[in-house]
Amino acid sequence: MAALQTPAAESDFAAASLQGASVRFGELTALSNITLDIPVGEFWTILGPSGCGKSTMLRLVSDLIPAAAGSAVIFGKSTEEARLAREIAFVFQDATLLPWRTALSNVELPLEIGRKRGVTIPAGDRTPMELLEMVGLKGRENALPHELSGGMRQRVAIARALVCQPKLLLMDEPFGALDEMKRDLLNMQLLEIWRETGTTILFVTHSISEAVFLGQKVLMLQAHPGRIKQIVDIDLPSPREIKIRETPRFNKYCSELRALLEEC
Amino acid sequence: MATVDLPLDEEAQEHNSSFPLFSERFMKVAIPVGTAVALIAIWQLGVRIFEVPTYIAPAPSDVAAEFYGEFPLLMRNFWPTLYESITGFVVGNLAAILIAIAFVHSKGVEKAFFPIAVFINTIPILAIAPILVLIFGAGMTAKVVIAALICFFPTLVNMVRGLQAVTPQTLELARILSASKSEIFWKMRLPSSLPFLFSALKIAATTCVIGAIVGEWIGADLGLGALIIDSTFNFRAPLLYATVFLSSGLSVFLFTTVSVIEKLVVRW
Repeated sequence: MAALQTPAAESDFAAASLQGASVRFGELTALSNITLDIPVGEFWTILGPSGCGKSTMLRLVSDLIPAAAGSAVIFGKSTEEARLAREIAFVFQDATLLPWRTALSNVELPLEIGRKRGVTIPAGDRTPMELLEMVGLKGRENALPHELSGGMRQRVAIARALVCQPKLLLMDEPFGALDEMKRDLLNMQLLEIWRETGTTILFVTHSISEAVFLGQKVLMLQAHPGRIKQIVDIDLPSPREIKIRETPRFNKYCSELRALLEEC
Repeated sequence: MATVDLPLDEEAQEHNSSFPLFSERFMKVAIPVGTAVALIAIWQLGVRIFEVPTYIAPAPSDVAAEFYGEFPLLMRNFWPTLYESITGFVVGNLAAILIAIAFVHSKGVEKAFFPIAVFINTIPILAIAPILVLIFGAGMTAKVVIAALICFFPTLVNMVRGLQAVTPQTLELARILSASKSEIFWKMRLPSSLPFLFSALKIAATTCVIGAIVGEWIGADLGLGALIIDSTFNFRAPLLYATVFLSSGLSVFLFTTVSVIEKLVVRW
């Protein structure tokens, strides 16, 4: 909030700053009076009962739906300006790949959109091919989405989200449909990507242990109307390993959050 | 990985079972072909045993002989029908695709013209054919228009559905990427409509032949439809049957062509 009052260099801004932001769908208030600042480079996870507006919050931040009241500011810009500058990328619950495009050309899609209109597209440090390699899909670049498993498809979607080197990566239960083993693997890969790229990540999940494992902070929302319940600091050593989940501290966080969730 | 392993396992099982792969494939072809041959044999025997006169129901051998003997005549009538069918197919489907695009882009256009399209579709093709022959004369144009008309409606309906088949999430992706309307159309709507379009084109591949033949019934000197009328009134039953088989052969040919193109285009 301090950053907003004394605007200076871009790095002084929060990655996402919501001030009393509300979202309404007709009569229903999906999000009510949300105020928070997400500092640049942090990894936040969002947890809460269904219908608490977790996905709505990501959609507000990414300019998919407008705020009915209050404001959402991304790196000091309006959400629309940030979207037009390709500073935001979104990974959906299902991979949302174009089924007629190969893995590689799905990753290339963001680079094609707007090219003929002369839009400047911020290309990342990594080529689409290198991104596929980074998410562990080397050799499968010419496979069509239906030839890939669910986990592989989601990894293509992550590579696609990274191709414009977004400053803010929004993920809406991206691993919700995967089995435990694949989820662990992708969680580890995501943390690695986060460390390497330094992008800010907002990650919605249903799983308490996933929220604790990934997040530096867990944003707990409660429903009817969707509002902030609590923001929990997760003070666990970094880089995190799968083993950390067997430590008493990890389990303490989990039971704390479970108790909070039951109050919602 | 599982998706790769599974089919391999199935194949391995087939090899191990008492049915080798070759005979499995052979039976797949042999059963329908054998049934067809048996039915033709029964027909041949039935006609011969009950001494059915040729002008009522010819034996398959009579039809085959006619097909061979009158081959030049059949071909002379085949080409106009082929031309009318294909031209009608192209014209009718192209019109349907363009109108579907207009419908998807403007609700107003859809509201104005969709009821008219439904109305035209409800008129039996046999009833509208004479009207079109009156308007366009006895030449090929009337037949092309009838063939186009019969193709039009299924393609229109399927194409509209196909263009709207983009998932809401794909449209959200497009918005996040700030895609323009034309980019959404060319990169998302049009490709995702192709499976729908091809189901319609497969219907159209057979109905366009029907349209051309119905048009020829109303008034034509040449064409398979004209030959059907001609051979019926002259009690040349074997020629009639040969013409009917040739017509259905034309439909099968067009259907197969569209199916092969579909396999090449729609790979997902």
